[in-house]
Amino acid sequence: MSMALSSAAPRRGWRSAATWLGAAIVGVAAFCAVFAPLLVPHDPFAQDLGKRLLVPFWMEGSDPQHLLGTDQLGRDYLSRLIWGCRISMLIGVTVSIVSGLIGITLGVLGGFLGGRVDDAVLFAITTRLSLPVVLVALAVVGLLGSSMTLLLLTLGLLLWDRFAVVARSTTLQVRNLDYVAAAWCAGCSRFRILTREVLPNIASHLVVVATLEIALAILLEATLSFLGLGVPPPLPSWGLMIAEAKDYMFFSPWVIMIPGVALFVLVLGINLLGDGLRDQFGARSDP
Amino acid sequence: MLRFLVRRLIVALLVAATVMTLAFIMTRLSGDLAISIAGPNATQADVEAVRKAYGLDRPLVTQFFDWAGRAMTGDLGESYFFKSRVSALIGERMPVTLTLGLSGLVIALVVSLPLGILAAVRENTAFDRGVQFVTLFGQAMPSFWLGLLLMILFGLKLGWLPISGTESWDGYVLPAIVLAFSAIPALTRLTRAGMIQAMGSDYIRTARAKGLSRASIILKHALRNAAIPVVAIAAVQLGFMLGGSIVIEQIFALHGVGFLAWESIAKNDFPVVQSVVLVLAVIYIGLTTLADLMNAVLDPRLRGA
Repeated sequence: MSMALSSAAPRRGWRSAATWLGAAIVGVAAFCAVFAPLLVPHDPFAQDLGKRLLVPFWMEGSDPQHLLGTDQLGRDYLSRLIWGCRISMLIGVTVSIVSGLIGITLGVLGGFLGGRVDDAVLFAITTRLSLPVVLVALAVVGLLGSSMTLLLLTLGLLLWDRFAVVARSTTLQVRNLDYVAAAWCAGCSRFRILTREVLPNIASHLVVVATLEIALAILLEATLSFLGLGVPPPLPSWGLMIAEAKDYMFFSPWVIMIPGVALFVLVLGINLLGDGLRDQFGARSDP
Repeated sequence: MLRFLVRRLIVALLVAATVMTLAFIMTRLSGDLAISIAGPNATQADVEAVRKAYGLDRPLVTQFFDWAGRAMTGDLGESYFFKSRVSALIGERMPVTLTLGLSGLVIALVVSLPLGILAAVRENTAFDRGVQFVTLFGQAMPSFWLGLLLMILFGLKLGWLPISGTESWDGYVLPAIVLAFSAIPALTRLTRAGMIQAMGSDYIRTARAKGLSRASIILKHALRNAAIPVVAIAAVQLGFMLGGSIVIEQIFALHGVGFLAWESIAKNDFPVVQSVVLVLAVIYIGLTTLADLMNAVLDPRLRGA
């Protein structure tokens, strides 16, 4: 035990710097997402065919009106980037809520009730894991037509597995602790024990999963939009921006660099924050 | 042992049956398939004819059992768009996807095993932190974007490798690297965690007390025990990689199973879509079952679970 403590100590400085960096990135992204309509310098949907593919500010011949240049239809890239952040965050958070509701319910019930119920939950998790996520999501959106609501529901129904796994294993641990036994003895109902004793004590683990799940959902949405079966155009999803810019990337690589870097930095930030929270709570939810 | 084996196989079969049902339901979600197959300019009579020809006028339950029954014997139906047997189509494209998946797995293992082992042996040094940072970077990198970046760098700027197609072996290099990249973070983290656990165990202390060399302790004692979960994870990762290769096949225009699925989704060719989902899921189920059985053989403690 003492060894573990001493070995953890020198990491703290580096670790907490990384966590703060993550928190800062997520904070900026959340701010951009909420206030996007006020922050955008131009209308992200307005086309100006006379100003197509203007270069960003660090390159020769840029237009100070368009700091990050314009896309192939003359739409302001910075405005589309900020609007895209709103879409990414919206999808990440909503999908995490939908999948969290499904996964936590299944996991807690399985872990708490045990027996046949637990077998059924484990079976559901195994089945879910055997489905190829990207392919199934593409197929559903492709066959039903792309819309925001459908995308949110599909991803929510596909990404609950990690919530269920962690909720189940932590519930199994908590179920046998003394304070739960005490609550049983005090004559509390099953429902009360679940909501008042079990859930609050596994909540920190679930927050960590939720963070990582937001990052996963954002990456998946970008992938689906890149393949043309995610967010419908002309909405500026970062994945869709990369897809639309793909034809021009050999001549002007910045068109895929800008949305790609934004996506990478946001996902990295969320993961840094998630890892930091995990250390903070002393939880190991790595499988 | 036999009991464990039978139990595990029954679960695998049940999962496969459930996936089959889900794949069938998924393609029926869009409502009337006959309308989408007949196309936008079809008359009512055309739609009716399509419905009859493909047996879509039968009750859904009949359609399902008909499809499921044939699928068990390896007959996955006929493609509407390609006008050929689905099993033949998948069989034709599978070698590309398998080559991609296996070379991706080999690259991922060659990178992540040494990284994970060295990071564990030098826990909490600058090297370990560096490795952890690399895995974080890898997790955040969207694979389709990495693919495009590598295409610009190696295909255009340096001109070393082709950016699409599989006419020769070098067409697989960039796609395999991108696919490997998606598996490296998880494999590295798990190798590191397994090694750290093994290095802290009693038998390592005994080996140290006997005065064995450091290399012998790491390679002969710790690695052997850490290898068990890594083998299982490698099998699972291969399953994920085959399922995820659709993105990479699309970017690099590799005509594998993923590309086939992508084309079929665009054409509403649902017999192909549901069959590809089924085949990839069955491969995944097979791989995980195999990994579980292998674990049970290597580590008898797991057989009770």
